[in-house]
Amino acid sequence: MEAVITEIEHLKKSFGNNNVLKDINLKIAKGENLVVFGKSGSGKSVLIKCLVGLIEPDEGKVIVLGKDISELKNEELNILRKKVGFLFQSAALYDSMTVRENLEFPLRDLKSKPKEEIDALVIEALKNVGLEDAIDKMPSELSGGMRKRVGLARTLILKPEIILYDEPTTGLDPITSKEISNLILEVQKKYNTASIIITHDVECARITANRIIILKDGTSAAEGTFDELSESTDESVRAFFK
Amino acid sequence: MVVDEKIKNKIVSEEITESSENPYLKKLKDFFEEISSLTLFALRFFKEVVRPPYEFKEFVKQSYLIGYKSFPLVAITGLIMGLVLTIQSRPTLAQFGAESWLPAMVAVSIIREIGPVITALIFAGKVGSGIGAELASMKVTEQIDAMEVSGTNPFKYLVVTRILSATIMLPVLVVAADAISLYGAYIGVNLEGDVSFHLFFLQVFEKLSFADVFPAIIKTFFFGFMIALLSCYKGFNANKGTEGVGQAANSAVVLASLSIFIIDMIAVQLTNLFI
Ligand SMILES: Nc1ncnc2c1ncn2[C@@H]1O[C@H](COP(=O)(O)OP(=O)(O)OP(=O)(O)O)[C@@H](O)[C@H]1O
Ligand SMILES: [Mg+2]
Repeated sequence: MEAVITEIEHLKKSFGNNNVLKDINLKIAKGENLVVFGKSGSGKSVLIKCLVGLIEPDEGKVIVLGKDISELKNEELNILRKKVGFLFQSAALYDSMTVRENLEFPLRDLKSKPKEEIDALVIEALKNVGLEDAIDKMPSELSGGMRKRVGLARTLILKPEIILYDEPTTGLDPITSKEISNLILEVQKKYNTASIIITHDVECARITANRIIILKDGTSAAEGTFDELSESTDESVRAFFK
Repeated sequence: MVVDEKIKNKIVSEEITESSENPYLKKLKDFFEEISSLTLFALRFFKEVVRPPYEFKEFVKQSYLIGYKSFPLVAITGLIMGLVLTIQSRPTLAQFGAESWLPAMVAVSIIREIGPVITALIFAGKVGSGIGAELASMKVTEQIDAMEVSGTNPFKYLVVTRILSATIMLPVLVVAADAISLYGAYIGVNLEGDVSFHLFFLQVFEKLSFADVFPAIIKTFFFGFMIALLSCYKGFNANKGTEGVGQAANSAVVLASLSIFIIDMIAVQLTNLFI
């Protein structure tokens, strides 16, 4: 196993009386794809938001790329965040900007780069998700699935070391889903990135997962490879693979 | 059965929290909590406005959207304001045989009070609700979170630029509105009389003093600042869900309008004290 790139220890988070995460322990190695399964509302999105400091955990340690998130100053956190890609469940495209400006936004620090180079990066990222025609459209003109793909392109454009995908294939047709899953795999192979992939899509998990955990009642209820878990004796685990 | 139990528990627990706390006390507590978090928000603005990196491009864009795009509305209101004020004031002045005072009197009311306040109210309605709704919908659809994880400080990019733009653009708009309003007054005077353009402005500037113009312009900086501060605050802290967007826009306008009158009242007192 390669070096551990992200580590979560005894993570707890509750909102009022709602104990969402009770005790999460997790390690991700460099170049590993970890798929997270779990029922709606089980805290999957909350978990990955803790990893980038969008949500502050009540207890526990979150270490990303060797740094404890809670101890970082704002500037340090911003530097770290540039190395972590985050695909939002809702895509979260900037409504007031075109697709091109959306993709340029994470590149703002590279403004010293020549315009052609930035353009090339934007076009390459859009090609990856099959949307180079939409470059000058506004997000409101795109379909749900297209927004998702633009969101994915925006996440990948900085070539992050860790990528957190929140339901990358939800709402897409089976063919596009498969393409996106293959793209995730390709990115992993090409740049040796570590990823957490939240999904309900068994096909996506089959293609991308090196390891799967199942989130239940605020802890990881099961852990293993795709084959191990899909043949589990536990009915509630197997249910995810149908 | 289980569901029944849950609902019952919920009702009981709600009753407890309600009866254990005096509702008026709770309102008062909420009010002070809101004031303190607004103060922190304002302090954060002053901290971040001086600290690089500066979002200059976004500042220019916002100044264009906030200032230039509001100009037509402000201009029409200004013109009508001057015209109507003149027509309404004429009969009273005529009773005292003081019709020749009309230009000067109207000019003083416009520049001291009506120009700044009406323009600020229009500005609060247009810009305040716009900022409130825009930031709230960005918050609700996780766009602000997305900005944050991409390593850009959303407070600096969204809030600081908007507050700065509004603080600078409102005074400019007020000066323009004042000028257009005076032109409206000139038209109003000539509806029933015959005063040349030159004479009209001679009469106006004869009676206008530094004490009329200067404090009136200064207070508009505070109007602009407060309108944008409150709108950004409401938008940035909007509740989840689409109704949060409407709420934010609405309370942004209400609070901003109220704050205009409060600042105006303070400004009048201060002006009388010092000048
Ligand atoms: N900011 C927040 N404030 C209060 N409660 C929250 C917040 N974010 C999430 N929650 C609560 O945490 C729980 C888990 O939410 P989360 O979004 O992580 O679910 P999820 O596993 O991603 O579900 P889905 O598959 O539907 O996206 C939910 O009960 C939700 O109400
Ligand atoms: Mg989710």
